[in-house]
Amino acid sequence: MTIPAPEPADRPRFLDAGEAALVVEFGAAVDPAINDRVLALDAALAADPPQGLAETVPTYRSLMIHYDPLALSREALVAAVEGRLAERDAAREAGRRWTIPCCYDPALAEDIAEAAGLLGLDAAAAAALHAGARYRVYMYGFAPGFAYLGGLPEALALPRRPSPRPPHPPGAVMIGGGLAAIGTVPMPTGWYVLGRTPERLFAPERDPAFLIESGDTIGFEPVGAEAFAALERRVEAGETVAGRTA
Amino acid sequence: VSATGRPILRVVSAGGGATLQDRGRHGALRYGITPAGPMDPLAHATANRALGNPPGATAIEVGLGGLAVAAEGASLDLALAGGAFRIACDGQALPPAVALTLHPGAVLSIRAGRAGAWCYLAVAGRIDVPPVLGSTATHTRSRLGGLDGRALAAGDGLAVAEARAGLGEPMLLRAPWLDRPPGTIRVVLGPQDDHFAPAEIAAFLDRDWTVSPRGDRMACFLDGAPLVHARGHDIVSDGVAPGAIQVPGQGLPIVLMADRQPTGGYPKIATVIGADLGRLAQGQAGTRLRFRAVSVPEAVAARRAEAAALEAPVALEPVVRTAFSSEFLLGRNLIDGVVG
Repeated sequence: MTIPAPEPADRPRFLDAGEAALVVEFGAAVDPAINDRVLALDAALAADPPQGLAETVPTYRSLMIHYDPLALSREALVAAVEGRLAERDAAREAGRRWTIPCCYDPALAEDIAEAAGLLGLDAAAAAALHAGARYRVYMYGFAPGFAYLGGLPEALALPRRPSPRPPHPPGAVMIGGGLAAIGTVPMPTGWYVLGRTPERLFAPERDPAFLIESGDTIGFEPVGAEAFAALERRVEAGETVAGRTA
Repeated sequence: VSATGRPILRVVSAGGGATLQDRGRHGALRYGITPAGPMDPLAHATANRALGNPPGATAIEVGLGGLAVAAEGASLDLALAGGAFRIACDGQALPPAVALTLHPGAVLSIRAGRAGAWCYLAVAGRIDVPPVLGSTATHTRSRLGGLDGRALAAGDGLAVAEARAGLGEPMLLRAPWLDRPPGTIRVVLGPQDDHFAPAEIAAFLDRDWTVSPRGDRMACFLDGAPLVHARGHDIVSDGVAPGAIQVPGQGLPIVLMADRQPTGGYPKIATVIGADLGRLAQGQAGTRLRFRAVSVPEAVAARRAEAAALEAPVALEPVVRTAFSSEFLLGRNLIDGVVG
């Protein structure tokens, strides 16, 4: 079967990040369609990696390919990427769907009153809006297992803090800069802690260490403080409490 | 001796910033995992190779805070390579790139010297700490790897598996590839050089930059005349390669090092080539440097030359035969205050 070459406008930019990393850039915006192309290329390379490819990092709008230039030349890598782009009829498998328990009780949702105040909402309304949306995992970054989520309702969009707050708790469900996020390892952050999940999205000793992949979809299921404590005990015993619905 | 009868390398004192590092935690950048690993991979590999270890084996990275260690239970062969640190074993001054047998009761001290910011202490055998996600590299910010994800402290004991000892007298490492004077650091322009006008890129390459004292394992901050962005300083976050030179809003370049985050949101004007990143890392605060743009093939050739240097075994020769003229000691700044 002959597949027409991609239109020039569709061709991504190839940008060198030194001699051992190549950026394949599909656009400049946070956009699900652009992110889909990033993830499709990522999946195609993972299915059939050229020799010398070290690892890939999907981000909102580009794929960073780390490679060993002593084993794989830049030209050969670009050719391999272009080959995968030409095969893009083979669509990426749809991401998985997850339901993540989240407690919005102010005892655990440390910043919910502050964030709701800034948004002109009460805490219950902010929680309901947050739990009513579905989110796309765009990428990881910043810290181990720190997942950037798109799909935050407009009414919850507020800028990040002008200066970071003290380290967030493990499992912090956060908002900031028009996005949502889930944090794992406590870190100082410019985001607002809107809730907390008992699930451990990152557990270095578990296989898999990371539950959720870029491109997966997430919804939050509100749980009370008592249910949170019960779920947390199950997680500590090694159970996965997030639901996978597809 | 450890519970299993293996010798222990005991930390007698630690000035902060000494961590266990193997070749780094690779393969999970996509999940936000920082690679960590040695700041100067060539020196790290040289110390390991001098003892017959794999080049990426777990070793101790010593910073300007220094370190002192002792062997418990049995003698241990050790090797040091990196900056011009001041090394002494029970009061005997040693050159900065050296292999020796440390006997129980003796103390090996490693202290900052005139040049260099990192020194690697390798142990013949295997420092037995559990890998996390396939690596023992310490990343203190996320508390992963090494000893509980933290820097070494006085009293820590490192069990050494398959320990070897047999060097006898201290031996000098012949590693001419570690003679890398700072000065010019080669870069490949991009990935966001299009966020800067041609005159600003020229200024970036023409100006002198000075290594700031603010640096750590995450980043090397540079002082100088600020650069101006053509299209703002915010980009949609994308991947961050080792040596990426990001330019935040205030215009002063920051080179991202071993403990960098895998993604970031500032324009990256250029990327330090692999062969020059360790050299940059060894620059103490106040070091002046310039950047020079090279092509990808030139950067690959430099990387290939570096890899070739480590293919042959590292030659060792007795310290007593080669060195310790007063000129040598003066040249290495070893005469004053050597003995700790």
